[in-house]
Amino acid sequence: MNGKDLQAPAFPDGRLERDQPKWRRDFPIDVEADEYGARRDFTKFLVLTSLAFACGQIWIVFLSLFRGRQPAEQRIAAITDLEIGEAVSFHYPTDRDPCLLIRQSDDVFLAYSSQCTHLMCPVRPDLAHNRLHCPCHEGYFDATTGQPTAGPPRRPLPRIHLRIDRGIVYATDVEERAS
Amino acid sequence: MTNSRRTRSQRLSIIYGILSIVVVLVVMQLWLLTATMNAFLGGNHTVVVPAALASIACLGLNAGLLRYLVVLDR
Repeated sequence: MNGKDLQAPAFPDGRLERDQPKWRRDFPIDVEADEYGARRDFTKFLVLTSLAFACGQIWIVFLSLFRGRQPAEQRIAAITDLEIGEAVSFHYPTDRDPCLLIRQSDDVFLAYSSQCTHLMCPVRPDLAHNRLHCPCHEGYFDATTGQPTAGPPRRPLPRIHLRIDRGIVYATDVEERAS
Repeated sequence: MTNSRRTRSQRLSIIYGILSIVVVLVVMQLWLLTATMNAFLGGNHTVVVPAALASIACLGLNAGLLRYLVVLDR
């Protein structure tokens, strides 16, 4: 502590202690010292926040290492299991990733992740209007492209690549798409 | 000028300067994290590593400034 710190506390109005009101003389808070401590502590807190953000970035790097792998092919359903205009749910690539398989016509099959890109609520098929509906916040996606058409979602639904072999529909890959 | 010869008002000015820089860096990190998460969820994994390096560089700068602050208090 240097000589300046030992001086009488600085008052907010800059006047001497004897000119201060009684309540302030009874509780002579050194405003400058208080300000210094508060700013120093706030800076320390911000550096801690900076550490948290850096940890978040590293966490994303780890996630990308695991997501980069090509998922294994998986049987979904037989063609005969779905009528035209029907949808069936399945899980791909893991049991925690719900998806929807949609049959649009005789030979057009489409599949999307059924987790809304807004807040991960499950989307429901509304194929009479050629759309997928998220009931949580009234989000809508085009059933043909998976693009958002209304509501809060901004990114399209991840598309599941399909392969049809001898009347069986297989999921082969997941395509995540940006807005 | 050594630290012991700095008055408290001088140190207060220094701390305001450091605080301003730290705030700018933290806001930049927040933007980086948001943009990276958006790109990652959209399937763009190429930005993930450069963004992480940039964020770690910001953290390093912040830690350096904090260290200077600790030295200033001694």
